[in-house]
Amino acid sequence: MEFVRPDSLQEALATKAERPGAVPIAGGTDVMVELNYDHRRPEALLDLTRIAELATWSASGGYVRLGAGVPYTRLIDELGDTLPGLAMASRTVGSPQIRNRGTVGGNLGAASPAGDTHPVLLAVGAEIELASARGVRRIPATDFYTGVKRSVLEPDELITAVLLPVAGTAAEQFSKIGTRNAMVIAVCSLGLVLRDGRAGVAIGSAAPTPRRVSGAEEFLAAELPWDDDAPLPDSLKRRFAELVAAATEPIDDVRGTADYRTHALGVLARRTLTWAWDDYRGSVRACA
Amino acid sequence: MRLNLTVNGERRRADDVWEGESLLYVLRERLGLPGSKNACEQGECGSCTVYLDEVPACACLVAAGQAEGREVRTVEGLADGDTLDPVQQSFVECGAVQCGFCTPGLVVAAHDLLRREPDPSDEEIREALAGNLCRCTGYEKILDAVRSAASAR
Repeated sequence: MEFVRPDSLQEALATKAERPGAVPIAGGTDVMVELNYDHRRPEALLDLTRIAELATWSASGGYVRLGAGVPYTRLIDELGDTLPGLAMASRTVGSPQIRNRGTVGGNLGAASPAGDTHPVLLAVGAEIELASARGVRRIPATDFYTGVKRSVLEPDELITAVLLPVAGTAAEQFSKIGTRNAMVIAVCSLGLVLRDGRAGVAIGSAAPTPRRVSGAEEFLAAELPWDDDAPLPDSLKRRFAELVAAATEPIDDVRGTADYRTHALGVLARRTLTWAWDDYRGSVRACA
Repeated sequence: MRLNLTVNGERRRADDVWEGESLLYVLRERLGLPGSKNACEQGECGSCTVYLDEVPACACLVAAGQAEGREVRTVEGLADGDTLDPVQQSFVECGAVQCGFCTPGLVVAAHDLLRREPDPSDEEIREALAGNLCRCTGYEKILDAVRSAASAR
């Protein structure tokens, strides 16, 4: 095995072009487990932690561009107010030690259906920036995931950034089911975003890939009383929960049964909608 | 490969490091620092918590090569000569130790918490120690030790 330690993105992309089998490593919270347990012996490790530009973020034109190598702890501390949904999901990742090292780029690289940030990335309508020596492309998060731990990432590409819309009046929520509040791989999870009269809804750990629930999004956009301060009718919350539950395609595994996941996601849908709607109306009133 | 890093303020070198090796293995098996414990090797237990460039991390999840040129501080580097750090002293005084395997990781995690938050609430203590598993104590004595260290500072 070789250990390649590029100082610049250009150098890293050149390495990846020459040696597509080199496995990128940033926080190491997934890759090192595979190495420690002898599940993987890549021909080379490509250390991304020395590439300064991957560990920065910037905000302009109604978007935040979050470098793929920004650890969760920094995301929470520095962007907690700007990216509330992503920060919420990040707070549920592992433990302080894991959040100090783990990154959104790594969550995407692993592309686990249970990854905590995926439902938020889908619900906010994030774009993923992929770079290679051939060039840079940006693709909607919806098109990124292709199967269990599989994505559209090509062997010569690296995940360099995530672009997240932050303009307008919005409320973002994330909720997750697990057996305790730390060190939990999601039994199931849900991200919900309301922004300027539109809704984004996505679920995790409930299908082979993290999944947007377009039917529930359209329902909310059409049925939410966007200009009315009255509490949401129970019938609306119930219908929303049914639409989310109907979009699941879960499995039975050690963390929970398929039936439990479907049921729990209906509950999460109802709860997060109530929270998000309160936040959203609060933001509207604050701007009025 | 050869690895150069600073550990507990000293420049250290390790040779013949395997490229897929963890920082934890280097510390324990090549540099003679067995304080950081090797338990789960997957970041679940926190027993190998060390500072990497002043940020607490599970040493089992840091590739050795990622520590090249970096500064590592282990549990062995917390005491000032024969004088224990207040966190270590409190663990002794409060009986926050049974088998001792989780202790080094808990001490480093608690040390980091008190650097960031000198007067933590119980919730903040629980959150800061959420990545460190102890199977003996039931945690109550550990929480006592962190409270005691905070008030001793």
